Amino acid sequence: MPAAAPAAVTVRVLLFASYAETLGTDSLSLTLAAPATVADAVAGVRALPGGHRLPAKPLCARNLAHAALTDFLAEDDQLAMLPPMAGG
Amino acid sequence: MPGYLTAEPIDLGPVVASVESPERGGTAVFLGQVRNHHEGRAVLRLEYSAYVEMAEAECNRIVSEAAARWPAAVALRHRVGALGIGDTAVIVAAASAHREAAFAACRYVIEQVKRRVPIWKREFYADGAVVWVDPTAKLQPAG
Repeated sequence: MPAAAPAAVTVRVLLFASYAETLGTDSLSLTLAAPATVADAVAGVRALPGGHRLPAKPLCARNLAHAALTDFLAEDDQLAMLPPMAGG
Repeated sequence: MPGYLTAEPIDLGPVVASVESPERGGTAVFLGQVRNHHEGRAVLRLEYSAYVEMAEAECNRIVSEAAARWPAAVALRHRVGALGIGDTAVIVAAASAHREAAFAACRYVIEQVKRRVPIWKREFYADGAVVWVDPTAKLQPAG
């Protein structure tokens, strides 16, 4: 009998620069109903106090690489919400 | 994987030397330095912060892409931390047998760094304002 799909995924969310200032933290743990996408995680963060001030469709990275909002998340993924980049 | 990000001042000489070789006759260099103005406002200094782990990985991907696309050796360094006016923020050096590949690889790397590497810049203005720079929008007050 195949193992049952997990009912939830927990990911580590990293916030940087202006987004970290907006939320007052640079890291948080988020548990989402599975299957969950990057967009679901963003919605979860935006539901936190002050989170509505973050954009609905920010740039995101999953496990150190740029990700699409439609990408699915796995347990223990590291999801980063990236403000507009200004290097160079 | 080399350390592309550094909190120490970047010296141009060793970066250029790292791509030089007897078979490469042309080296193109892009040197980005801190400006004293931004959209009409006087800038006193700035701070770069980064998602270091990803920034290193993304820089490595960009340099690898350039090396795969052109017959060029490419070096890249980017400062993080507090910088003053005139300080070197970024250096790209690309060396090839001929100038076309050197210019193209150098241009590719700096453009991709600006688009893809998670580095953020906070500018401190002469009027006392402190702003996270958003190249995609008008200036927004920080905090």
